[in-house]
Amino acid sequence: MRTLRFLLKKEFRQIFRDKAIVALIFFMPCIQLIVMPLAADYEVRNVNLAVVDHDKSPYSQKLISKVIASGYFRLQGYNSSFHEAFKLIESDKTDLILEIPQGFERNLIREDKQRLFVAVNAINGTKANLGGSYLSSIIGAFNADMRMQLVQQPRYSQFPVIDIVASNWFNPVLNYKVFIVPGILAILVTMVGGFLSALNIVKEKEIGTIEQINVTPIKKHIFILGKLIPFWVLAIIIFTIGLILARVIYGIAPVGSLLTLYLFIAVYLLTVLGFGLLVSTLCDTQQQAMFIMFFFMMVFILLGGLFTSIDSMPDWAKFITRFNPVRYMIEVMRMIILKGSGLKDVLPHLAAVSAMAVVLNGWAILNYKKTN
Amino acid sequence: MEAVVVQNMTKTYGKEKTLAVDNISFSVAKGELFGLIGPDGAGKTSIFRILTTLLLADSGTASVDGFDVVKDFKSIRNTVGYMPVKFSLYQDLTIEENLSFFATVFGTTIEANYDLIKDIYVQIEPFKKRRAGKLSGGMKQKLALCCALIHKPTTLFLDEPTTGVDPVSRKEFWEMLRRLKEQNITIIVSTPYMDEASLCDRIALMQGGKILSIDTPDDIVKAYREKLYAIKANEMYPLLKVLENYPGTLNSYAFGEYAHATFKDQMKNMEEFERFLAEKQLTGVEIKSIEATIEDSFIKLLH
Repeated sequence: MRTLRFLLKKEFRQIFRDKAIVALIFFMPCIQLIVMPLAADYEVRNVNLAVVDHDKSPYSQKLISKVIASGYFRLQGYNSSFHEAFKLIESDKTDLILEIPQGFERNLIREDKQRLFVAVNAINGTKANLGGSYLSSIIGAFNADMRMQLVQQPRYSQFPVIDIVASNWFNPVLNYKVFIVPGILAILVTMVGGFLSALNIVKEKEIGTIEQINVTPIKKHIFILGKLIPFWVLAIIIFTIGLILARVIYGIAPVGSLLTLYLFIAVYLLTVLGFGLLVSTLCDTQQQAMFIMFFFMMVFILLGGLFTSIDSMPDWAKFITRFNPVRYMIEVMRMIILKGSGLKDVLPHLAAVSAMAVVLNGWAILNYKKTN
Repeated sequence: MEAVVVQNMTKTYGKEKTLAVDNISFSVAKGELFGLIGPDGAGKTSIFRILTTLLLADSGTASVDGFDVVKDFKSIRNTVGYMPVKFSLYQDLTIEENLSFFATVFGTTIEANYDLIKDIYVQIEPFKKRRAGKLSGGMKQKLALCCALIHKPTTLFLDEPTTGVDPVSRKEFWEMLRRLKEQNITIIVSTPYMDEASLCDRIALMQGGKILSIDTPDDIVKAYREKLYAIKANEMYPLLKVLENYPGTLNSYAFGEYAHATFKDQMKNMEEFERFLAEKQLTGVEIKSIEATIEDSFIKLLH
């Protein structure tokens, strides 16, 4: 125990003596947590729109102003022919073309029906998709308005109508930040913990200090624990800072129990650090360790459900995510912070992460050889 | 009693099976100051790493203080002190922190074994708050020696402790080793410097993974039977060429400001040789008979 205490003392001394690293460890995640949610946002605004109005009637004017007034679109062209408007798409000045045919007003009133044409530049799939559906829903609303004015509604509708009203739970105003901040916090803690631990033992190998350690009677598990605990403590501190930032800046306070959240992060960090230490024992240089960590971090993040839903992934990808600790962390963060899930709800996640922690740390201890 | 026994030890590296240690056997008595002398690549470090349980030999057996290096590696790690070639203490920790760290790792304290390191430690004590990375080469060596001694090892392995250290510090270092020997600590030291060889009790001359000769420095020199001459001329390079071509030459090589040479028939007619040199237009020729050094013995063994 005395040896372990001294190992820890030594590790902390080394970490805090490198002022640049300390700054990086604490400031980098804070800045990322402040900047990233603002930029990484799926809400599509400022969709560029060109209108080809062949009708030039009060109705078509009304429709156009309704579209612009929604705030999602920016009118980039008001052209007389589709051909002209298409040039704007080609030069990337606009994303959408709305073509209003001649006789739009007349046909809408007289024949109760009219067709509009919407052309979408689908190079940016998300923007095209959302822009198109925003436009459809605005046109739909316009249609309903017009009918209210034109048609005297009978007391009861002739046709049975099922009206669907959706109510959004856990994130009532569909604020994207509420969704993304807990996920980003999970990623940041993972990155700091993973990279620090992965580079640590390798650094001792590179500098040669491991030689001196290896001829001492230090037990392997004590040595690994001495490497694990300092980063575990650091990551917990960063996590706490992140939670405070989320509360102060984004107003996101965990609905569920903090105790459950910390219990989970404590176990989860053992997994991440164990993985880092395993990489560290496998590699000979910091460069190797860095690249391996980079590879896995990319996979973990992209298959972690931070940006894209895991449910919509193909089956093989879904299978891979089962071995991705980050996936469990992001899910649990959202469950506890947004939904208020209790310990019972996250037990399966906790079990999966614990199993990984045991395997990875055990492997790291076995793989750390004092003799070669 | 033998402190270190090595029997038929062989070690190869990589797929090509490059021989680093080639069927070596030797033993070191308790309290002896034993030197492994040889150029880079002679296999000195491999032997050290095998004896300190950092490396496994391909074949052969070795023991330190009666403990087998494979079976009883745990006991060996408790009893030996090792100082690798490369400075391998924590550069970002201070002298004091490094020392107390290694003391703790071995389950002891600085105070418990202070008398053992006292002579060395007092020299670096004024800088004890300085980080190890900021020390001069000689101070680093002293600190490394302190750290290797802090658990009162029975056997001390020093791998090229004086490489890259200035001549004064080198001399001091060897004086420290002499004093440690008095404490009955077995010391095995390796060095590429032949002049340090004579400071050991016994030495093994090594080359290409093999031991060429093991003996006391005096006996190694005595084993040099040929009469050795130091020859000097104003034109050194032509002189070396001429010595090579002289039919009576056994062996010749540059040695500092002189050329050293041995001759067939122990050079009975010196006049003929001097005439030969004069014919070759060499001026300021000086020939004297000298005692062989360890380096001469080493060069002879190589041929």
